[in-house]
Amino acid sequence: MTTETVIEAVGVRKNYRGGREGAGLNGFDLEVTAGTVTGLLGPNGAGKTTAVRILSTLLELDSGTATVAGYDVRRQGAEVRRRIGLVGQYAAIDEVLTGRQNLVMFGRLNHLRNAKGRADELLERFSLTEAAGQAVSKYSGGMRRRLDLAASLIVAPRVLFVDEPTTGLDPAGRLEVRSAVRQLVDGGTTVLLTTQYLEEADQLANRISMLKAGKVVAEGTPDELKTQLGSDRLEIVLADPADVPRVVQLAGSLADGEIRVVDVRVSVPVKDRTKALVVMANSLHEARIEPEDITLRRPTLDEVFLHLTGAEVAA
Amino acid sequence: MWVLADSWTIARRTLTHWRNQPGLVIFQWFFPVLMLLMFGGLLGGAMEFPEGSSYYELLVPGIFALAMLFGLEGTMTAVTTDVSKGVTDRFRSLPMSSTAVVLGRCIADMLDSAVTLLVLVATGLALGWRWHEGLPSALAAFGLLLLLRFALLWVGIFIGLTVKNAQSVTMVQVVVWPIGFLSSTFVATSTMPTWLGTIAQWNPLSSTATAARNLFGNPDPSSTATWIGTHAPLAAVIAPLLLTAVFLPLSTHRYRTLSR
Ligand SMILES: Nc1ncnc2c1ncn2[C@@H]1O[C@H](COP(=O)(O)OP(=O)(O)O)[C@@H](O)[C@H]1O
Ligand SMILES: [Mg+2]
Repeated sequence: MTTETVIEAVGVRKNYRGGREGAGLNGFDLEVTAGTVTGLLGPNGAGKTTAVRILSTLLELDSGTATVAGYDVRRQGAEVRRRIGLVGQYAAIDEVLTGRQNLVMFGRLNHLRNAKGRADELLERFSLTEAAGQAVSKYSGGMRRRLDLAASLIVAPRVLFVDEPTTGLDPAGRLEVRSAVRQLVDGGTTVLLTTQYLEEADQLANRISMLKAGKVVAEGTPDELKTQLGSDRLEIVLADPADVPRVVQLAGSLADGEIRVVDVRVSVPVKDRTKALVVMANSLHEARIEPEDITLRRPTLDEVFLHLTGAEVAA
Repeated sequence: MWVLADSWTIARRTLTHWRNQPGLVIFQWFFPVLMLLMFGGLLGGAMEFPEGSSYYELLVPGIFALAMLFGLEGTMTAVTTDVSKGVTDRFRSLPMSSTAVVLGRCIADMLDSAVTLLVLVATGLALGWRWHEGLPSALAAFGLLLLLRFALLWVGIFIGLTVKNAQSVTMVQVVVWPIGFLSSTFVATSTMPTWLGTIAQWNPLSSTATAARNLFGNPDPSSTATWIGTHAPLAAVIAPLLLTAVFLPLSTHRYRTLSR
């Protein structure tokens, strides 16, 4: 597989005029290789939309450099725009037009010879053929998003930006849109997807960049990020809260870091997984404590995120 | 020439809106007719006119000019709706020239105004209003009216791109109405207090209305009694050109640098 870089951002800074101090981007770095899906994951206000708008030439950066498909977003905006598709955070379609009329219009603006034929193809692909003749104002949130995706794929773009595609959708809409995005991904388009949902990034992306206050704080495959946080954890769930202090004491010699207690759940970071499990089970048995549950588990992306950003993310 | 093709595509979008929502657009076209009938009925009886002349001789060209001003609101609303819905962003992320987006809006709104004028002319004729100086002269008057609309279009695009949301548009509308009424559009300015009459006479809307009346051969004695009134034809050309010279570059610049 080639590892051609299609998106590269180095030290990008952006402060909004009149915006809050520190809002925007503060030294944002990103590298996306061809044919991958990169998830830009961060809580609300982290700067995801700002990053996407800068990379798609809608917003000018203050300093740093960014290239898309080898073209500088600041100086070669027209070249960049010829090679990208953008699905903004809010569905950017004409509400009064029908789904089909929207796609035909965007097809014409992309200078297609057969804009109508292309529109029908895309309607079919995104299962909108039935609703094609209805005004978009009658569409559900999920349908709008799918139409929005279709509109950004009129000419197969080298790079597709998808900004928070499922924010504000109900669970059914979320599923619809995720499967639509997954289809694109299978088609080999390079995608930069932003989201505040961990499971979404985990499911759809090959690589994840975690964004906090306008800066990437961690980057890697979902697995790499999980191991980056370090250790596996031994988790003991107790029946009786009164046993918690004793269990903490027993686990002390096994712990490779700070033991965390939430209610009746004692979570112990450990190095040697199997040994820890055996020793702990023995100690509990000798102390005549009957746990509800005792398990080994890897950190979840949630924990990685919490650890790195100190921010709560919607799961 | 992709710019022209793209502009036409954008303009066609508005034409499709008309087709998809005929009720709304027909209401918009007939709103000035409502004003014409309302003012004609309310004020017509209270005014005295020379033999063989009627209030409509003064009023109809005035309402033409007023309709050009009110077209501004449609432009503003359309522009802010696109900005707030993200449609403008999508256009800006496409490999097409930014001129096309603005030019497309311009073509659509000029077509809209032409229809508005046609509807008003038909109503005026039905009410007994006539032009007396021949068709070429009348066409020149319509040209001046559309020139004013053209100038106001850029004002509308600029304000629309600047305020960006529908609530602010409502506030701007509150200002547009007094501007419309503080003019010679439907009363003789000689009936106003002197200072108010002077302001009204210097309103570019009055210049266009007076110039149109001259070209139609409709009497407008109170305007022709003032200096600006006698120079109305010139003012009706210069004021719109000035507005365009200021607001056309401003709005294209604003469009290019949106959300910085
Ligand atoms: N036009 C703007 N003017 C001022 N501040 C803004 C503007 N747009 C976004 N911000 C601020 O910049 C920060 C990042 O915003 P954004 O990129 O939209 O975050 P995200 O998409 O991750 O939720 C936020 O604190 C937001 O309030
Ligand atoms: Mg966002």
